[in-house]
Amino acid sequence: MESVTPSHYLILALCLFSIGFFGVLLRRNLLLLLMSLELMLNGINLALVTFSRTSLNLDGSIFVFFIMTVAASEVAVGLALLVALYKKRRSVFSEDMNLVSN
Amino acid sequence: MVCSKHPVSAAMFMIISLVGVAALFVLLEAFFLAVLQILVYAGAVMVLFLFIIMLLDVGPEGGKASKIKLISGLAGAFSISLLVVVFLMMVQSSGWLGEASSWAPVVSTAELTTGDNLSFSTSVKSFGYGLMTKYMLPLQVSGFLLLAAMVGVIVLSKKGEEGTS
Repeated sequence: MESVTPSHYLILALCLFSIGFFGVLLRRNLLLLLMSLELMLNGINLALVTFSRTSLNLDGSIFVFFIMTVAASEVAVGLALLVALYKKRRSVFSEDMNLVSN
Repeated sequence: MVCSKHPVSAAMFMIISLVGVAALFVLLEAFFLAVLQILVYAGAVMVLFLFIIMLLDVGPEGGKASKIKLISGLAGAFSISLLVVVFLMMVQSSGWLGEASSWAPVVSTAELTTGDNLSFSTSVKSFGYGLMTKYMLPLQVSGFLLLAAMVGVIVLSKKGEEGTS
């Protein structure tokens, strides 16, 4: 039986990133768009930890720590913006967020 | 998660995938990051998402604007296939993944390296050492970023209240 190699982890990280990317492109609910961004960041985190483990270097893991910090603050600010927009527009869908047309 | 129509079920699937990534971190012997993943993502971020979903009472989205969806879907498929092709070309040209098919053993915690060269270790102590020596400035910058995010969220929510009243 074949054992799990770093390339499997990298392929899974690529899959997570692509699923998040498609979510960002295709979903029109802004909440789900932010969640897809989180999924993309998770794929990057997985790739970074894999590289850090294979090269026996802690720098990648510390970078994952910083990415988690930035992602948490990004989610907080994004959700606050979303709630402020919802109070104005009464919608969370991206097609209702236009300023000039309609 | 991307395909589910209702936001609450999408959030539940997202929690499942985040816990799965935490389990993969455990398999990669990054135990501290696994705990952090559970605490920060599945604990804080997803609770915040579910709170906002239930606060705004978001329903499932309808089926309009399919033309934009088709164009962006095509663009996404093209860019992802480009990414996959570049990935495979890198694998074939360098042969890196074939060489690193086995995992190197982790250095025991007793022989922590000092200085700028941080070696991978499972203990939280080495994390703290790296954060406090080599990554001192990024640590302070990220702390300041959290402060700025907190102030920004407070200002945004206050402004929204004034706008409606």
